[in-house]
Amino acid sequence: MSSAVKTDRSATARSGRLTRPWVPFAYLAPALLLYGLFLLVPLGRAAQFSFFEWDGLGASTFVGLDNYVAIVQDEQLREAFWHALVLIFFYAVLPLIIGLVLAAILTRANVRGMGFFRTIIFLPQVIAMVVVAVIWRQIYAPDGPLNGLLRLVGLDSLTTAWLGDYTWTLPAVGLIGTWVSTGLVTVLLMAGMAKVPRDLYEAARLDGAGAVREFFSITLPSVRGEITVALTLTIVAALKTFDLVYVTTRGGPGTSTTVPSYEVYRRAFELGEVGAAAAVGIVLTIIVFSINAVVNRIGEKK
Amino acid sequence: MKTSALERGANYVILIVFALIVLGPVGVIFTLAVGPQSASVAREGRTFHWENFVEAWEVGRFSQYMLTSVTVALLVVVIAVSASILAGYALGTMNFRGSTFFFYLFLLGIMVPTEAFIVPLYFDMRSIGLTNTVWGVAFPQIAMSIAFGTYWMRTYFRSSSRAMIEAARLDGAGSMRVLWYILVPIGRPAILTLVLLTFMWTWNEFLIPLVMSPNGSVRTAPLGLAFFQGQYTQGTALLAAGAILVALPVVVLYIFLQRHFIKGMLEGAVRE
Repeated sequence: MSSAVKTDRSATARSGRLTRPWVPFAYLAPALLLYGLFLLVPLGRAAQFSFFEWDGLGASTFVGLDNYVAIVQDEQLREAFWHALVLIFFYAVLPLIIGLVLAAILTRANVRGMGFFRTIIFLPQVIAMVVVAVIWRQIYAPDGPLNGLLRLVGLDSLTTAWLGDYTWTLPAVGLIGTWVSTGLVTVLLMAGMAKVPRDLYEAARLDGAGAVREFFSITLPSVRGEITVALTLTIVAALKTFDLVYVTTRGGPGTSTTVPSYEVYRRAFELGEVGAAAAVGIVLTIIVFSINAVVNRIGEKK
Repeated sequence: MKTSALERGANYVILIVFALIVLGPVGVIFTLAVGPQSASVAREGRTFHWENFVEAWEVGRFSQYMLTSVTVALLVVVIAVSASILAGYALGTMNFRGSTFFFYLFLLGIMVPTEAFIVPLYFDMRSIGLTNTVWGVAFPQIAMSIAFGTYWMRTYFRSSSRAMIEAARLDGAGSMRVLWYILVPIGRPAILTLVLLTFMWTWNEFLIPLVMSPNGSVRTAPLGLAFFQGQYTQGTALLAAGAILVALPVVVLYIFLQRHFIKGMLEGAVRE
């Protein structure tokens, strides 16, 4: 190798610049340093914290797996994870169903103004969650527009304090998630459906397939990848819900809308249960990674 | 494809209904924001009370919060995007031992929820005196943005022309020259998308500034809004005006550069 290179000295100099072994690491260094110090190290520290009981100020005690056992035993924490599951329905499942129907209908016919429509339904994705929460608090207020609308159409009996009701608050918060996610899911699915060759549909129609058959035998299988991406994005968003709950309900009334993220915050910074908070964070991370893996595995199957 | 006039009509109805469902809440907040603050103001009879925005800006101290937000966003965007371009360049164009390992290491960071590392990070930053500083709020967001940014830039560099890089190298250009004079100029759209997404995520972030500045000295705009809502309960007009002020910068960027936002958020979704 070295003798071959010697025949052309300038070539050595040129390629040498890129083949010097430390060069790639020099480019990686700033990113690795910042990412390592402020994300990877604290992640490892969280795993470490989760084995201790600590109030954030005094001495800490090693408690082994107690903080993890508590997640299973503590009713409030179990409840928080259950609420996260309910939110997955509102953030991911419901938008997927609406998005599939909407995208399928809109892809079938060439309708004008699609670009404009896409811009509008994607809009909730770029509005700060705090702003979304403030908006919906107004809508759900006892004398707000939602109850006003119900009274207007004579459904007075349905009016309620949407964010102060033990039964209705969690679905009410969940529907805000549906409002935010549906646009993203629909746009994603429309992009996938646009790639399906037109003649597949023409052929199906010649065979006498109706719109419903067409949807299940052509459209649905061809957007498998997009469904996987949509579910991954929205499920993770549901599991990470924090701002929305913090601003609309603070987990209330009672503990009826508390979620794992909110429990992490509350336990670490309000109740002084730092170890327990770290354990909830770690469990949440494991759940996020598992769901990602499962959704992707299902998505890959032919 | 041919569809009946009836179907096309139904499609327009569906489009309009869904657009209204999305725009409805936006309309509600706008109506509240330009509405009268109180019954006595309502008697003046004007329809639009634009002065609410000015008053919210002053009463809600949004000028101060916005300045903090701009500072944090600038730090995060400049540092995270620069570091991501360099790291993405190494991972996307160079062959070296461990490149796959490092790629997956960065990928990990895209999925880790903030809640998992924010608790120890707060206590460690507190002990070195970084809490309640702009840097304390910026650093965790720089780290998160680097995870996504490196993934994003690596994808761009991998798709860039090998032949062009080789040709430049044969002309004697070093790796830094290739990056700076060839790949960065051609990659402007990819970099702009990354800048916009990083800006949006930083501007809208809530949990990190909430935790990292417990005394409220580094309060970003979304935090200021949440705080304003808790403090100012007598009227909704100023709160609604404040909400619009907080959302406006990102929404305006979105309206002008929506292709970048949509493309970035859809293609940036990790598929591996």
